[in-house]
Amino acid sequence: MSLLEVTDLAVSFDTEDGEVRAVKQISLAVERGEILALCGESGCGKSVTAMSIPRLLPPETTRISGSIRLDGRELTALSEREIQAIRGRDVSVVFQEPMTSLNPAYSVGFQIVEVLRRHERMSRRAARDRAVELLRLVGIAAPERRVREYPHQLSGGMRQRVMIAMAVACSPKVLIADEPTTALDVTIQAGVLDVFRNLRDRLGTAIILITHDLGVVADIADQVVVMYAGRAVERAPVGELFAAPRHPYTRGLLGALPAAASVGADGRRRLAEIPGLVPAPYSDPDECAFRPRCPRAQSDCASRRPVLSPAGPDHVVACLHPEEVG
Amino acid sequence: MSEFVLEVTDLVKHYHTGGRQVVRAVDGVSLAIRPGEVLGLVGESGSGKSTVGKCVLRLTDPTAGTVRVDGRDITALSRRAMRPVRRDVHMVFQDPFSSLNPRMTIGQIVGEPLRHHRLASGRDAKEQVATMLDRVGLRPELAQRYPHELSGGQRQRVGLARSLILRPKLIVADEPVSALDVSVQASVLNLIADLQQDMGFSCLFITHDLSVVEFLADRIAVMYLGRIVETGPRERIFADPRHPYTQALLSAAPLPDPVRQRERRRVVLSGDPPSPTHPPAGCHFQTRCPVAVDRCRSEPPALLGTDHLTACHLVTAEGDAPLLTKGT
Repeated sequence: MSLLEVTDLAVSFDTEDGEVRAVKQISLAVERGEILALCGESGCGKSVTAMSIPRLLPPETTRISGSIRLDGRELTALSEREIQAIRGRDVSVVFQEPMTSLNPAYSVGFQIVEVLRRHERMSRRAARDRAVELLRLVGIAAPERRVREYPHQLSGGMRQRVMIAMAVACSPKVLIADEPTTALDVTIQAGVLDVFRNLRDRLGTAIILITHDLGVVADIADQVVVMYAGRAVERAPVGELFAAPRHPYTRGLLGALPAAASVGADGRRRLAEIPGLVPAPYSDPDECAFRPRCPRAQSDCASRRPVLSPAGPDHVVACLHPEEVG
Repeated sequence: MSEFVLEVTDLVKHYHTGGRQVVRAVDGVSLAIRPGEVLGLVGESGSGKSTVGKCVLRLTDPTAGTVRVDGRDITALSRRAMRPVRRDVHMVFQDPFSSLNPRMTIGQIVGEPLRHHRLASGRDAKEQVATMLDRVGLRPELAQRYPHELSGGQRQRVGLARSLILRPKLIVADEPVSALDVSVQASVLNLIADLQQDMGFSCLFITHDLSVVEFLADRIAVMYLGRIVETGPRERIFADPRHPYTQALLSAAPLPDPVRQRERRRVVLSGDPPSPTHPPAGCHFQTRCPVAVDRCRSEPPALLGTDHLTACHLVTAEGDAPLLTKGT
């Protein structure tokens, strides 16, 4: 049994324009000490998938189906009160924007202490000491001083480290990080990624990393799930995914990176493009969602939707005509 | 015609904040762009790269220094005297959502520079707009549409069409592809490269993304805290980065290749960039530089060299630099 098992998750939102099917169907498994990257472009459903795990989507307008099991316990069946006890203790989240996720009116130490005292029986003093320790763990220099400071006194990189310190305060089993370094400069990003690696190595935290940045995926992920239009289209260990992508969309994403530029017959440098646009999230025809943009599409791609099928050891792909290996 | 389309000399821009503090956004920047050349101006947030772009367009007035366009000093020109210059220099913005007027059609937006400069109107303007839309890969019927009906990539193409319709000599592009998804970014980058080669304009391309300048730029200038620390031909900067900051920057940007990325050695920079209100004495990078010596703390280094220039006391006249990483 995996630490976290998501099975046939579907998430839709009621909007004025109708029902938006953000996640149509996805299954995931994350092991202890594993970093799973969920990647794909805007609107593919990667954030919605992750936020439905600690149930952080507005309940009035969201419809969720499927199963989410953490350590064998079904989370979808829990009451709001029960899920609150899990958030921040067993499953916690680091968001992209550290400035809007921290409360500007309280010192960072106070905010970390609040998390600790909510979930663990701890004296004020012990919680304070633990907050300092946590700031040190995430690589903040002079934590005894920083713990008394307010968010505006910290740089963007430090705020993100504070967010991570809060998120891991209760040693969660699963840490969900939604584009945690996207707003940071690359020299700062490198340090924050080190913090995640460190947590995984020292505490065995399972990390679900949501990112559009394939450089970050290459750097830190163990397993990668590529999403397109609300479904997983490919899943593989990171080395395999980059070396032998089987889904034409995965291959297209890798080819579109500036690092993959090639020189054309006219001597000009070119990037591979993926023509067309992602489909609107209102309908879900019984075909491959990538077919209209796919260079390998054949007539059968329009008549049925491909399901994830084995494409190698620990490698699955949802494509009727996957890329050849090599 | 001048040797340089754009020549910026000793540019300084200080902003005064509410109190007595002065933000030294740009602290003595010189750069030059030849006809048909793309200069990638690279730096992290707060480096002053966007402020350089704004000064070039006179969207803000420099505190000191000069900006020459095609040999002509435009630093002190009045608004009126700037008008003909604005035909030759155009801007492409990062955000394709807020930089297009939502109440104008795409055709009106792209044709606006023609009307503004009284260069074409009526049918002539319509034809030029249609030609330009075609060049940026947009269907002619989009001329009747409004910005909200377009995707992000299409909007960025509209921004390009508007900037290029007067066939300017220089484009200042500030993070034009940073808000786009990678597949859309690829097609816009291909388009910019094609248009630049076909129309021959010069380009100041401002970005934080090293992979984008590696694809597009002929030359690169790296900024740190208001100053250029290194500049040279693209291949030289990537193959032989000399300034410790350039080395750190290149080593920190993750490669989309797990095997190579995990074998690399990274230069880890301690601390955060200092605030531009209190830049450190001497070399601005000295507080984070792993190899700084006493001289770096007192004496600002000059940008030295011929084709590949570096502002670092530890880089010799022959170009020998302290090597912070091996095998990257």
